[in-house]
Amino acid sequence: MNIEELKIKIAELLPSATFEDGEWLTINIEPKDWPSFAQQLRYDEQLKFDFLFCLTCIDWKTHLTMVYHLTSTTFRHNIVLKAKLDRTNPEIETVSNIWKTAIFHEREVYEMFGVNFINHPDLRLLILPDGWEGKNPMRKDFEDPINMIRL
Amino acid sequence: MVEEVARTIDGDIIINVGPQHPATHGVLHLVITLNGETIKKVDPHLGYIHRSIEKMCESLSYRQFIYVTSRMDYLSAHINNHGCVLCVEKGMQIEVPARAQVIRVLMDELTRIASHELWWGAMAMDLGAFTPFFHAFRERETINDIMEETCGARLTMNYFVPGGVMLELHPNFQKRVKDFITLFKSKVDEYDELVTGNIIFQNRMKNVGVLSKEDAVSYGCTGPTARGSGVNCDIRKLYPYEVYDKVEFDEIIETAGDSFARYMVRIREMHQSIRIIEQLIDNIPEGDFQAKTKAVLKLPKGEFYSRVETARGEFGVYIVSEGGTTPYRIKFRSPGFSNLSALDHMARGGKLGDLVAMMGTLDLVIPDIDR
Repeated sequence: MNIEELKIKIAELLPSATFEDGEWLTINIEPKDWPSFAQQLRYDEQLKFDFLFCLTCIDWKTHLTMVYHLTSTTFRHNIVLKAKLDRTNPEIETVSNIWKTAIFHEREVYEMFGVNFINHPDLRLLILPDGWEGKNPMRKDFEDPINMIRL
Repeated sequence: MVEEVARTIDGDIIINVGPQHPATHGVLHLVITLNGETIKKVDPHLGYIHRSIEKMCESLSYRQFIYVTSRMDYLSAHINNHGCVLCVEKGMQIEVPARAQVIRVLMDELTRIASHELWWGAMAMDLGAFTPFFHAFRERETINDIMEETCGARLTMNYFVPGGVMLELHPNFQKRVKDFITLFKSKVDEYDELVTGNIIFQNRMKNVGVLSKEDAVSYGCTGPTARGSGVNCDIRKLYPYEVYDKVEFDEIIETAGDSFARYMVRIREMHQSIRIIEQLIDNIPEGDFQAKTKAVLKLPKGEFYSRVETARGEFGVYIVSEGGTTPYRIKFRSPGFSNLSALDHMARGGKLGDLVAMMGTLDLVIPDIDR
């Protein structure tokens, strides 16, 4: 499906979604809609987004944005999903039960940005050593007096 | 004195492989739960060479950050650079001259062969054969020499810049690449005689670490790892960049999904890379090797994503720009990170001795995983 067809289809599935322009169709969603909407994206016969090729987070200083890049290996269409999260207590439902690659990627976002993924099977530090819980190096206001490199 | 062995509640033994272990090809730490010799769980602990490259890039300009990416997947240095320059060019809407496009593809494919050569030698060594390593390095050395002449470095090359390539090709380049093709073709059959046809290798690799097509997609595997399971995922075919849509080559797909399938994909991919080089080496267009660009690059406000096919799989660069001279946020989607996440699933129920074969055919490069 091309961008216009996807837009119509997704507006049917989730009327509250808003769209942005970009290389690929970008959809803004509410975090509370995410678990059921993700199921629809993955298993809908016309969509079949089975490949989560990028999962990341952006710190906008006032809020966090979760970004999911999805593609379908059957139809070869791509979409980008964005969910705005509260910065003090960021929480979103995990998608690791739908796309297993999210198990690792969500653990990375958890330690780097402090996003709490609800119902994640194994949410603990992946890259950072023990004792870094609560300090999130990829946030913009992170300060490390010893190892900080400023260029 | 007998040391106490760490055990789970069920009585299973917990052992550590790494961080310093020859089979992990770097500092990867696996905590393995074993029932006898059968693997029940593999838990990778990463981060021993985590340099937070993404954070570093937030304070580097759009010309500078490219150099850092050679230090991620150091065996695909050119191709990592390629992903980055494509993303910057997409944002700046820079037209790359035809000559630079061809040079880039040639460099990419030489890098791919060099990377697969090293993988082949190292994997055979993991499985107990020392000789193939020297055979692989004999040919790889020739590629390193070609790189050294043109790019000035043998491993962490930095040759691609936004708008083209940094310097003109060395006058010897075409001749030496042709010499390499002749050498490679005369030697490549030795690879099959030494390893592929060897019954011991086949027994150690067939039906080991089976990954189904659905799981490969779900775990986000790309590159030869996924193509060994029958997934069409070659970015060069699906989303062609530069001149990949003008050259003839096949996307190698095997359907068995075991270690031997992944092995065969890489061996056959080397032949395809040679095919691409042969088509292009005599047809490098004349002209500029670099487009004219401003000294200071500023990406417009927005988000840009580019993807390239490295020797290990899909490498994605996601740049979020606020309009300044440095990226606001940059994310590298490294192929090794996703491929490694499938290791636990592959290894469960297998034997500890087979884990080396599975890791070998995943072709892990640890700086690529840790970033």
